[in-house]
Amino acid sequence: MSNLNTTASKGGILSRLIKWLRSGKGQRCIIMITFMTVPLLLLIGFAYLPFFKMFEFSFFNMKYIGERKFIGLDNYRDVLADKEVMNSLMLAVYYLIGSFIQLALALYFATMLSFKTKGGSFFKGTIFFPYLISGIAMGFIFKFFYTRGFVFDTVLTRLGFELENLPYWLRDKGINNVSLVATSVWKYMGQNMVLFIGAIMSVDKELYESASLDGANRWHQFRYIILPSISTIIVLNMILSITGSLSAFEPPYVITGGTRGTATFFLLMHNMAHRHQKVGKASAMALILFSLIIIVTIAQKLIFKYVFSDSNEDVSKKTARMLRKQRAKEAMR
Amino acid sequence: MTFSQRALYILRTFIKYISLVLITFISILPTVSTVITAFKTEEEYTSTNVMTPPNSWVYFKNFVTAWKDANMGLAFLNTFIILVFVLIGSIMFGAMLAYILSRFKFRGNEFIRNLFLFATLIPGIATQVTVYQIMHSMKLINTLQGYIILMMGTDVISIYIFIQFFENISVSLDESAIIDGCTYYGVFFKILFPLLKPAIITCMILKGVSTYNEYYMSNLYLQNKSIFVTVSTSLYTFTGPYGNQYNYICAGVIITILPALIIFILCQKQIYSGLTQGAVKG
Repeated sequence: MSNLNTTASKGGILSRLIKWLRSGKGQRCIIMITFMTVPLLLLIGFAYLPFFKMFEFSFFNMKYIGERKFIGLDNYRDVLADKEVMNSLMLAVYYLIGSFIQLALALYFATMLSFKTKGGSFFKGTIFFPYLISGIAMGFIFKFFYTRGFVFDTVLTRLGFELENLPYWLRDKGINNVSLVATSVWKYMGQNMVLFIGAIMSVDKELYESASLDGANRWHQFRYIILPSISTIIVLNMILSITGSLSAFEPPYVITGGTRGTATFFLLMHNMAHRHQKVGKASAMALILFSLIIIVTIAQKLIFKYVFSDSNEDVSKKTARMLRKQRAKEAMR
Repeated sequence: MTFSQRALYILRTFIKYISLVLITFISILPTVSTVITAFKTEEEYTSTNVMTPPNSWVYFKNFVTAWKDANMGLAFLNTFIILVFVLIGSIMFGAMLAYILSRFKFRGNEFIRNLFLFATLIPGIATQVTVYQIMHSMKLINTLQGYIILMMGTDVISIYIFIQFFENISVSLDESAIIDGCTYYGVFFKILFPLLKPAIITCMILKGVSTYNEYYMSNLYLQNKSIFVTVSTSLYTFTGPYGNQYNYICAGVIITILPALIIFILCQKQIYSGLTQGAVKG
């Protein structure tokens, strides 16, 4: 204490600092600094710093070690002229179609399981579980599954198909991407379904009851109560599946390794960086992908701003109005 | 009920259960077939069809071989250590950050929130090229602590779950504690943190599952597999020399899936609700 007093009498700055630190404002400042430093350092160190460095690398011809040479926009030009890259962007269409099918299936089963079903939680659990299997395990499972004469072929031959007529699921170029997309649907459909069930469950139960009193059948309930109240999450998932299919990576990485025309954009980028060590070109690819994702995200924000701006309107009012309209139509007939 | 209504009802129920049974079959078929193969002797595996059930369901030799060859004892130990530190770290830092962002009004609050949100748009695997260099310059390649720090990183979903949770806890609780002479640290650690329990469980499950299943970064940053093998990377053992010896590979795969299955059966409800919360806020 005496020590403090002497310093205070000398300058007064330190004592004022201590006083400030003990005040409410000082306390706030200290806790803000101590609580935010580590998370912010992690964020900057592992997300932003790499991102900006990647931006820089994309203008160089370089490997991990050794000299680098500034080459301007050549990396970008190379990437856009690359036939393999264009092919991989076409593959994104496969994955996009796959994820729309996945969403439709998820919606179908979610609606079903939201109503009373015998063994509902068993079905829900088994449909969902593939989501919890690690990607690398999934890779082995499906390599095994699709091998000639193995699981899938056995099931199909039991159903009456001839083995000679069946394609090689992972080798034949017409079909191998479909096989891969199917594994992705297999893994993620259950997760989508659980999300949809959650959304459907949050719809007011009284709505169903009053609707069924008003004579609405199951289809009406789905069309006028469930669909409008979960439309936001459906559209959100549809948009997310665009970015998802652009960055599809896991199925080809763990199952085929990207051979025989199954390399997606992300996988090409991975190979470019880690197999061929063309760091500059890989960075350029990453930035092209990033700008595509940004465009989709902006589109998503705009869609939600203008199309779903009335989504806060009370669902029951909307539903009541729709039901009235529907019944009026039926009465007209 | 009229006759046609009844017929319609029966038809609908029929379609419903048929489609449910079908999708369940598709969902479990790939996994079940690996279970069947995992119990077969080498001879059985080469001589019988993959879907023929094994002679004995208690033939565990494949599991023993897979466990030893893939060094899975060490793998489970490493994964356990990683899980403990990553979960503690990411939950503490996530809750601390969420506390500041939800309770303190200051310039830059909105900016920091956006900084975290924007980071989710950066494709994770793409930046590994440069993250690798950063890790290398910090001498963190092939160290458990390096991988743990990386995995703690920026977990935006848990931050948002915590922020949401804090916003449902009345601020008057903090204020009265401050008036009673409690420091901000006291408010956070003694009063708010215990109240966060449901959110912590949600985050633990989400982060736990993703950490347990993570294989890409652990393969990249923990290259010395004889020391730093994790449960998922232990499966890489089976890529090369094993070729088509699926009786061993399947046993290995089953071993890694089993803990996930047990956790799933025990905490189904929390996993579902965690996912739903994580998705809505994320």
